[in-house]
Amino acid sequence: MAQDHPHDHEHLVGQVPSDPALRIKALESVLLELGLVDPATIDAWIETYETRIGPHNGAKVVARAWVDPAYRQRLLADGSAAIAEMDLLGVQGQHMVVVENTPSVHNLVVCTLCSCYPWPLLGLPPRWYKSAPYRSRAVMDPRSVLREFGVELSPDVEIRVWDSTAEIRYLVLPERPPGTEKMSEGDLASLVTRDAMIGTARVGPPSTRTP
Amino acid sequence: MNGIHDMGGMHGFGPIAPEPGEAVFHETWERRMFGLRRAMTSPPGFSIDRFRFLRETMPPAIYLTWSYYEHWYFATALSLLQAGMITIDELRTGRAAAGRPKRNDAMRPADVDHAMRAGGKFARAVNTPPRFSLGQAVAARNLNPTGHTRLPRYARGKRGLIHHWHGGHVFPDSSARGGGECPQHLYTVMFSARELWGGDAAPNDKVYLDLWESYLDPT
Repeated sequence: MAQDHPHDHEHLVGQVPSDPALRIKALESVLLELGLVDPATIDAWIETYETRIGPHNGAKVVARAWVDPAYRQRLLADGSAAIAEMDLLGVQGQHMVVVENTPSVHNLVVCTLCSCYPWPLLGLPPRWYKSAPYRSRAVMDPRSVLREFGVELSPDVEIRVWDSTAEIRYLVLPERPPGTEKMSEGDLASLVTRDAMIGTARVGPPSTRTP
Repeated sequence: MNGIHDMGGMHGFGPIAPEPGEAVFHETWERRMFGLRRAMTSPPGFSIDRFRFLRETMPPAIYLTWSYYEHWYFATALSLLQAGMITIDELRTGRAAAGRPKRNDAMRPADVDHAMRAGGKFARAVNTPPRFSLGQAVAARNLNPTGHTRLPRYARGKRGLIHHWHGGHVFPDSSARGGGECPQHLYTVMFSARELWGGDAAPNDKVYLDLWESYLDPT
């Protein structure tokens, strides 16, 4: 591995185009000329994360846990094994831990050091998850963070914040909302939002669901 | 390194701004940078830890003003420069220098599904028994390396309890400098919010971090 040359940084930031579109286009063009990338492969990765992989995957896991108590137990005991049963492990989500919200415990997931996030289950992270306001405050003042998302917790609810400092990825198993006892697994999955699986929202009953 | 990226517990960044109905990508160049990073041939010895470390070496003012996929650009371009695989002129002009050989071993579209499903496994065998047991009291060491580390400043010197043992995992501090995977036992450590943030924190709140064995001492 080459040593770090501090001057490379000044070189890079000062000499490349200031417009990110031009900068990234230039990088792509050179890598293409050098045979270091195939543009069709770029398209295939984009297509994978714009269409196939997203929060609908995590929602399937949550709904399964809600309707199948044995699956819920396996999921909480060994997240990776239980998610592998549904063929939903993948890059940035091979080592999964699932944490359960209850009336007395609320879980919240963050990555203070970068933006680690369970891609196979939730897709690519939203901008706010990668932002300095969320990364700085979630570990120190989770109640103010939750309040900004409209989640007000009683002072006696224990908040557990999971800072993703390794390659373990966390998924919150939200509480199943009341009034959903007769709903099918597929209908339940449609209630589960991305934010509920990060821990910045709860799953509301069907009539009050927000996008 | 004690960089701007280590944001846990900082003040002053303002409110969080969720966007209802947010698209996966906001700009075409974000989409291209994401796909390029996943599809391209990396320098020998490159790793996710090296990728994170190079992002951390961004000048702080740039780190705060460039957006997420611009961070990806920085670390990607720098890794190629350091490996001699690209020049600053090529990055500036978008044209390869005359006479450069062309490779033909880039990832193919048909490889993407397998790479997505099978990539990114970091559990490794470690031949020594774990030093710590579940429930054991530990303290995070006060380490301030100039290289990459996954021990955030806010946890250094703080006392917690071993909550879970994950077995051996690639050690990022080593992997990031090209020093090999050097796997170590990895633990989830539970810290009380009051231990980390003082008496104003809620008495029952907890913060859990995944920490490698060499980050920890028994207490």
